[in-house]
Amino acid sequence: MSTNRRDFLKIAGASALTLIMCPILPVCARENLQVPGMESAPAKPLTAKRWAMAIDTSKCPPGCTDCVAACHAVHNVPNIGNSKDDVKWIWTEPFASVFPAENHSYSGQAQQKMRVPVLCNQCANPPCVRVCPTQATFKRADGIVMMDYHRCIGCRLCMAACPYGARSMNYRDPRPFIAKINPDFPTRTKGVVEKCNFCQERLAKGLLPACVLACKSKALVFGDVEDPHSEIRKLIENRFTLRRRASLGTVPQIYYIL
Amino acid sequence: MKKGKWGLIIFGLVIFIVGVTFPVWYGAGTSAPAPVLDMDTPVIKSMPNKKCVEDTAFIRAHHMKLLDAWRDEAVRDGHREYTAKDGRRFEKSLTGTCLQCHSNKSAFCDRCHNYVGAKPSCFSCHIVPEEVKK
Amino acid sequence: MLEKALKGGRIYGIWIAFLLVIAATGIFFYLRQLDYGLGITGMSRDVSWGLYIAQFTFLVGVAASAVMLVLPYYLHDYKAFGRMTVLGEFLAVSAVIMCILFVFVDLGQPSRVMNVLLHPTPNSILFWDMVVLSGYLLINLMIGWVVLSCTKKEIPPPAWVKPLIYLSIPWAISIHTVTAFIYAGLPGRSFWLTAIMAPRFLSSAFASGPALLILICLVLKRFGRFDAGEKAISALSKIVAYALAVSIFFVGVELFTVFYSGLPEHEAHFQYLFAGLHGHFNLVPWMWASTLLAFAALAMLIIPQIRRREEALAAACAAVFVSLWIEKGLGLVITGFIPSPLETITEYSPTGPEMAITLGVWAAGFLILTGLYRIFTGVHFERDNP
Repeated sequence: MSTNRRDFLKIAGASALTLIMCPILPVCARENLQVPGMESAPAKPLTAKRWAMAIDTSKCPPGCTDCVAACHAVHNVPNIGNSKDDVKWIWTEPFASVFPAENHSYSGQAQQKMRVPVLCNQCANPPCVRVCPTQATFKRADGIVMMDYHRCIGCRLCMAACPYGARSMNYRDPRPFIAKINPDFPTRTKGVVEKCNFCQERLAKGLLPACVLACKSKALVFGDVEDPHSEIRKLIENRFTLRRRASLGTVPQIYYIL
Repeated sequence: MKKGKWGLIIFGLVIFIVGVTFPVWYGAGTSAPAPVLDMDTPVIKSMPNKKCVEDTAFIRAHHMKLLDAWRDEAVRDGHREYTAKDGRRFEKSLTGTCLQCHSNKSAFCDRCHNYVGAKPSCFSCHIVPEEVKK
Repeated sequence: MLEKALKGGRIYGIWIAFLLVIAATGIFFYLRQLDYGLGITGMSRDVSWGLYIAQFTFLVGVAASAVMLVLPYYLHDYKAFGRMTVLGEFLAVSAVIMCILFVFVDLGQPSRVMNVLLHPTPNSILFWDMVVLSGYLLINLMIGWVVLSCTKKEIPPPAWVKPLIYLSIPWAISIHTVTAFIYAGLPGRSFWLTAIMAPRFLSSAFASGPALLILICLVLKRFGRFDAGEKAISALSKIVAYALAVSIFFVGVELFTVFYSGLPEHEAHFQYLFAGLHGHFNLVPWMWASTLLAFAALAMLIIPQIRRREEALAAACAAVFVSLWIEKGLGLVITGFIPSPLETITEYSPTGPEMAITLGVWAAGFLILTGLYRIFTGVHFERDNP
């Protein structure tokens, strides 16, 4: 124990010394720039008043799942391989399931076969946030409905509250089901709920969402709807758009162009 | 009858006291060697001035509180930059900052955590780069 | 008084041992659930609540039903319930404990349960449910214990307990109302999105709770050295009859609204429940059993000649309890998720471990109930046979 304490004092003394010396010696400060994690030239984060996404399904090539693959690889979303325990952030569904009110028995082949990408709607009035008993799900000032996985108790009230089926529960440890772990993003642990986070971790580093970049046909447009000059704003101003179950008052921020 | 009752009470009390003090005397007499923390990682070696985010004494005593604060500030408030007492700035990130230098979790984090019997759940989600590369 | 729970004859001992074995089995499987995750249950991405939350919902009703004894005795001076109010309060205590246990075993991260208190969130109904349930537990434990202690000492209960008793009446209504609000406030779940949810919960609670109490009183009369009295049982059976009638009426009102309006989102759930949807029939036999039992019980309970016969009354009460257990404990929660928001039908059936844990919680609750009732009957027996 005594050697340990001596070591400790040595380190403490040395670090106290550096602390005093550093401001005096400019060389020292420059050298410190090499410390990993230190922000030498921080990337400019992308910011917005309200993030939103427009999806032009007419541009989606049939059977394409590039956006799904990109998102799930970046975010360490497991592929458990059974619908019971499955975790999904973005995936595709038949048109009739996504817009049941817009579906009728005379709709053509194209519409019947169409698969529409679905994800968390990042609602401006999110029921999941309203019901969460620990504020593990919360809405940021820029509109992103986000989860604090550290705080989630796994009660799944948010899953009952979400009118879009956008949330997944980790019914078991997801790690064995992740083909290749991306070390830059955490996995989740068993017992917490998860969902799309609009790539907030990428926005903070100045990068667009993974699904948007992965889409070769540019079907996904991401941007600030509060900015009148943004691409997305112009798009949804000029084209007819649909939002999923907008009558529920959740104010979804995913705009579909069909 | 009354005597028997007292016997029972004392018997119960003894069991209670033994149970409550169990952690105190359980480890008595045995001694575990103090953990030796390995700082020998490529990144630390290449640093001319080997200094953590804050000074070692502070980090040793308070790293869990610092990480706790980082986690709330980064996740909930979106404040991702930490300014150390000496003015250096870091990203508030366990994997992105701490583990970049201390890339040897098993010879650094684990040794001390095992010694004191702490079981932090950080790594059930956060990824240790050395483990992924394997 | 506590020591009375430890003494008893052979049957009592066997009953306690039986409950302990079931509870221990539940704990064994709960440890396995902790290790594996909630995937050990039949719950899925689409049906994300199952047996546990359904039991919780049903038992909140049983807990609230204590008010059906307290209110007539304390507000209307209905003397026949005088000896029994404590039975109602103790039933509430054990039912609330079961509720809390069922919510707990349903959590994905039980070690973080204190987050609900560390980050109190008034806009979450679950937060308020925790507040009202723990409050109700304390109130009933206190009232029951104090009143029973005074019975033992043959003194009237202290004056301070009266306001607490009056408070327990609206509080009982609140626990089931708040529990109904958990469901009724969700915009995307048409099956639950109905203003009549809380009244439905309360009416079924006031039938199932007193029905259980009648059954317990009949058991106590035969094995437990305690007779609640014919008048009390008869009054309770009338309460069950009326509450059941109202409960059936409320379901009928719901069915009319849903099917006459013809809103597809609302219809689909009821179709799944009573007729099956796109070849999925898991709950249909259960729901028809529940319906038949409810009508049979109602017929038996509203005809005085049948109601007054002890065996018939017992059968009717058992039918009420089973019927409403199916309705709340199976149908109400699960059907809310079928079909899913994306119109897929995922059937739910509980797994073995899930059922073992569920039975374990019931056994734990009945263990507490048995202990409390043992104390109650012991005190009354000593008072009546000095």
